[in-house]
Amino acid sequence: MRFSGMRLLREALRGHTGWGPMWRDPDPDPAYDIVIVGGGGHGLATAFYLASVYGQRRVAVLEKGWLGGGNIGRNTTIIRSNYLLPGNQPFYEFSMKLWEGLEQTLNFNAMVSQRGVLNLFHTDAQRDAYRRRGNAMHLTGAGGRLLDRDAVRAMAPFLNFDAARFPIKGGLWQPRGGTARHDGVAWGYARAADRLGVDIIQNCAVTGFRIEGGAVRGVDTTRGYIAAGKVGVAVAGNTSRVMALAGMRLPIESHVLQAFVTEGLKPVIPGVITFGAGHFYVSQSDKGGLVFGGDIDGYNSYAQRGNLPVVEDVIEGGMALMPMIGRARLLRSWGGVMDMSMDGSPIIDRTDVGGLYLNAGWCYGGFKATPASGHAFAHLLATGDPHPTAAAYRLDRFARGHVIDEKGVGAQPNLH
Amino acid sequence: MLIPHPLLGPRDAQEFTYLGDASLLARPDGMAEHAEDAFSDHVYLRDNPAGVHRELWFHEQGDRSWLVVTRDTVTHEILGAELARDVVRGGRP
Repeated sequence: MRFSGMRLLREALRGHTGWGPMWRDPDPDPAYDIVIVGGGGHGLATAFYLASVYGQRRVAVLEKGWLGGGNIGRNTTIIRSNYLLPGNQPFYEFSMKLWEGLEQTLNFNAMVSQRGVLNLFHTDAQRDAYRRRGNAMHLTGAGGRLLDRDAVRAMAPFLNFDAARFPIKGGLWQPRGGTARHDGVAWGYARAADRLGVDIIQNCAVTGFRIEGGAVRGVDTTRGYIAAGKVGVAVAGNTSRVMALAGMRLPIESHVLQAFVTEGLKPVIPGVITFGAGHFYVSQSDKGGLVFGGDIDGYNSYAQRGNLPVVEDVIEGGMALMPMIGRARLLRSWGGVMDMSMDGSPIIDRTDVGGLYLNAGWCYGGFKATPASGHAFAHLLATGDPHPTAAAYRLDRFARGHVIDEKGVGAQPNLH
Repeated sequence: MLIPHPLLGPRDAQEFTYLGDASLLARPDGMAEHAEDAFSDHVYLRDNPAGVHRELWFHEQGDRSWLVVTRDTVTHEILGAELARDVVRGGRP
């Protein structure tokens, strides 16, 4: 079933009785060429690009819970390509280009909205840093403009420009950044992958890897053994647990990140705005809620919920940046488990076990990377070689000393 | 979260800074064979369990002691705390 205006009209006239399920619910086959562990955004995107770009037909995605129930449904939906380092920026710009064509590619409304991302600066040194970052963005064609204080004021007059401690001096604006409907991204990839023959198997947890002669032969699951030519793992916060089943220790800690949404309001915020003097980022959903977040809680956690001190810290950041947010009532807060890597950058690589591949370490930046992560991981799984934009995301870069540390804080995951 | 400080009694976790896995106390011998590999593992690799975890917390806004706190990473329940120096002297980091 293909979505189109004609189709919508036809269904409207038939009382919407012709819409079927968006994907099948198959039982697992005994064997696949490629098994993806993890039915979140990255796993589903990987399966889609394996089938659509790399012509793989016998692919399964195993998900321990329900499709899109992890971080793809828990993030703050921001998409952007405003990184600094050469190992990162081409990859995120590749992702942004995929976002721009995503809805046509998937035939699904993922509500990609390029409403702009504005990173504020508050000191002269920060202005210099953002100017440098903007130049790095231009090298990859990502665009972006350095705005002075008046230009920021014209765009977002409600900000606290004259705070004594953190006056707003300007901002780095990427007009191509914005937001996307996070659940829609998961559903769109799942539906498109399913239409190409990928089996999406939910409620199927991996309990072990069968490794013979240094190569993976298949996975044991709660729904029986599944043989596989290759296995790709994309399980975000559970990466360390799953890879421990294959006897691996990783440069990753799991931390909880909280996010928040207010009651629905009339349009007040033009795009995504980030505070440069604290950790706070906010946008407004199409439903009207202000969606915002801040730092991770800072201690290892698998709880999918955080504690109150960080709630207070995030709200303080919001009040310092835009005092009017104090008039909005908070509707919900929630938490997700982040796979925080030791340098703040991801890993897309093969492992020491033959046929076992890893996609992990997204910290809390995984959502914007979803299309490129899936594409690059599919490239690696299908060809055995890293995708040109993801060639720096090697697992052994830590031991080699080639870390990609955007913030320069060292091997301290709770500071990234 | 309240951390039961062995000298000061229950203290708010906000008074502490978090460093991570208590196995960091077992610093490799820099003069040993393959010290480079041992240090790269020490600096970058972590067990990261879901469940009971022994971890280092620094009482930065208190008596500035390092504690080894035993905590459940799934429930956030704190099961105990001891002075890191006692742990090191006891020889079981």
